[in-house]
Amino acid sequence: MPDGFEPKIVAFFCNWCTYLAADLAGTSRMKYAPNIRVIRTMCSGRLDPQFVLYALANGADGVLIGGCHPGDCHYQEGNYKTLRRYHLLKRLLKEYGIEEERVRLEWISAAEADKLRTAVNQLVEKVRALGPLRWCAPVEVREPSEVTLQ
Amino acid sequence: MAQRQRDSDGGARVGVYVCHCGTNIAGTIDIYGLTDFAASLPGVAVAREYKYMCSDPGQALIKQDIADHSLTRIVVAACSPCLHEKTFRHATALGGLNPYFFQMVNIREHDSWVHTDKAAATAKAKDLVRAAVNRVKRHQPLERREVSVKSDVLVVGGGIAGIHAALTLANAGKRVYLVEREPTIGGHMAMFDKTFPTLDCAACILTPKMTAVKMHPNITLWTMSEVARVEGYVGNYRVTVKRKPRYVIEELCLGCMECIEACVFKQAKVPDEFNLGLSKRKPVYIPFPQAVPQVVVIDPETCIEFKTGKCKKTCIEICGERNAIDLQQKEELKTIEVGAIVLATGFRIFDAKRIPYYGYGEYPNVYTGLEVERLINAAGPTGGELVMRGGRKPTSVGIIHCVGSRDEHTNRYCSRVCCMYSLKLAHLIKEKTGAEVYSLYIDIRAPGKAFEEFYNRVAEEGIRLIRGKVADIYPAPNGGSGLVLQVEDTLLCRVHKILVDMVVLATGLEPRADAQEVRRRFNIGCSSEGFFLERHPKLAPVNTFTDGIFLAGCCQGPKDIPDTVAQAGAAAGEALALIDAGAFELEPSTAYVLKDNCSGCKTCIGLCPYQAISFVEDRKQAEINEILCKGCGTCVAACPSGSIRQHLFEDEEILEEIDGVLAYA
Repeated sequence: MPDGFEPKIVAFFCNWCTYLAADLAGTSRMKYAPNIRVIRTMCSGRLDPQFVLYALANGADGVLIGGCHPGDCHYQEGNYKTLRRYHLLKRLLKEYGIEEERVRLEWISAAEADKLRTAVNQLVEKVRALGPLRWCAPVEVREPSEVTLQ
Repeated sequence: MAQRQRDSDGGARVGVYVCHCGTNIAGTIDIYGLTDFAASLPGVAVAREYKYMCSDPGQALIKQDIADHSLTRIVVAACSPCLHEKTFRHATALGGLNPYFFQMVNIREHDSWVHTDKAAATAKAKDLVRAAVNRVKRHQPLERREVSVKSDVLVVGGGIAGIHAALTLANAGKRVYLVEREPTIGGHMAMFDKTFPTLDCAACILTPKMTAVKMHPNITLWTMSEVARVEGYVGNYRVTVKRKPRYVIEELCLGCMECIEACVFKQAKVPDEFNLGLSKRKPVYIPFPQAVPQVVVIDPETCIEFKTGKCKKTCIEICGERNAIDLQQKEELKTIEVGAIVLATGFRIFDAKRIPYYGYGEYPNVYTGLEVERLINAAGPTGGELVMRGGRKPTSVGIIHCVGSRDEHTNRYCSRVCCMYSLKLAHLIKEKTGAEVYSLYIDIRAPGKAFEEFYNRVAEEGIRLIRGKVADIYPAPNGGSGLVLQVEDTLLCRVHKILVDMVVLATGLEPRADAQEVRRRFNIGCSSEGFFLERHPKLAPVNTFTDGIFLAGCCQGPKDIPDTVAQAGAAAGEALALIDAGAFELEPSTAYVLKDNCSGCKTCIGLCPYQAISFVEDRKQAEINEILCKGCGTCVAACPSGSIRQHLFEDEEILEEIDGVLAYA
């Protein structure tokens, strides 16, 4: 792992719960890792899984998705759709050979600033340990002899 | 997901404004570096920093620059959009641009306040500003959407908060539906004896307001009722109220109470809820003498007719021609349409049994504060005599503060009212019985108008104030009567063992047991303690995150009567402001279908919780009703052909943001 690697984390937070939790963390002057860049959507249900892939393909080392707790969605059930897509996305990431821990979904209510801080810090640490994703870097071409055809 | 064309800036001229927010932002982020960086971004015509962008000169700056530099898009890097997005959209519009040609960057709550490393915080701010500049270039002109607002209001909860809010709204000429779960309004305040710090009699100040509710031509009072369902949106809520049977026809009952006399139960046998089980009532009863409505109620759980069907029904007999008793009454559902809702659902008292070493429920002479309110109340179970279980007057009483408050094992928060009501009870007990009263506190909190003076007065009356948390309560040893309180006096650093006859637990205030259920029904949030969450703790203390729903009283957090009444008035005021405006501006972030692209796969239709998407049979395509659409974007993300899009959250806009935060400087 290169020295001084600082993971780039893109976060997609819903407007009503997790974005507000991040606001509350600010108002409460909690401190967390500065590696995260938040993009706001009205509901986590707006999150097209391709946004996650796009972020990973364009230099993000990890993605944090934040939504309201199950049953608490401002739009009734958008977060359930997010959860469904998240599970599929994880399978897809695995197929791509991307460590699935790089993408994390958390239910964080507007009151849970502390949970937000923990989620951000944990993901940053996790991704730091995994190292850069470099998905956007050119693919390493292996010698034909290393490839075993089945 | 829609494909993006990369080169369509359309020659946008962006103005970027970086706010210092005093030192709130400038203390952590290099404002000048950030402004220079913004100026270097493609498409940025002007980048400025200013001490307070939200101030009038700050906003005027935007307006002036739009004119001077022919700006077409505005970005402000400042606080959370929850605070000032509206302010700057307005400023953008004043400059002659579409208000949605604006993007806000949160570099305060999400950056300067949460990071200490200045370089890292500045780098983050640069990424966020670049994302916003990228994004705002893609913004489309949008129209403001408005909905009309119905003028009726629903108030949920008939305690002092609900009563005050209902009366204020009704006096302003609005039709108010006041829904109360219990058979009477009055709430907890009706159970109190005196109120601190003035020692007004609670009933004397409350009951005129209760009667006013009943008499008011604009108020429809539904007791024994609960809100079963809430549909619709701000200005247009459709609420289903469940009215439970009282088994007495409210309009016909005169409140003569002859049926109570006549009940086959000669003795009252059922624990009386209003007196917290300290007295008994019959299955047919009236909660308390000043109950509103003045109508009896029959409790089917204990009434013999309901249990066996073999009662002589002497109640019906005596009611005679008045015919007010109807044992066949059924639950009813009523539907109302209201523009605004005030939630005033109150609190519950902390269950003292959760702290076993205080022996509540085990030792008969350990009481809660509310029970003592009833005992010293002239209309209470003992006619105002403070006598303990067993019939003796206490000669020494220990009042324990902070039971279920400021305690790691139960609730961490301060319940705000217990210090003052404990001092009030100390005064009243001393006055009624002359007993020696010990008040055992952690800290005395007396921060209201005339509270400190009241504390001094009580201290001068000879109440023994001891600073310490009671660690244990046990019966007097060697068969002696009374209870021993073991407490460390933290001012003298000495352990006391105090022998008292009676213990009063100053139990704290908790959210209602069904607060979570209720908040889901109304689609609002809760704070971590479980009280309903206000939109902003300082600037929008009675608003919620759901427009048109307001909070009053202890459902939002523990507070005393003056604060509750003030908040109820504020909630009524906010509701009036909404209704009298006649219309409410909605966010424009609705979804829409690209007619050329939709293949009619119907994936989206089942996803919408608001039934806003329908399938047009003749075109074989989906169509979105923008009035019903609330703009969550779930269907947008799901559309396999990218033919559903969302205003303000277009794929291009989000992808530009992703590019922006990831591009390395």
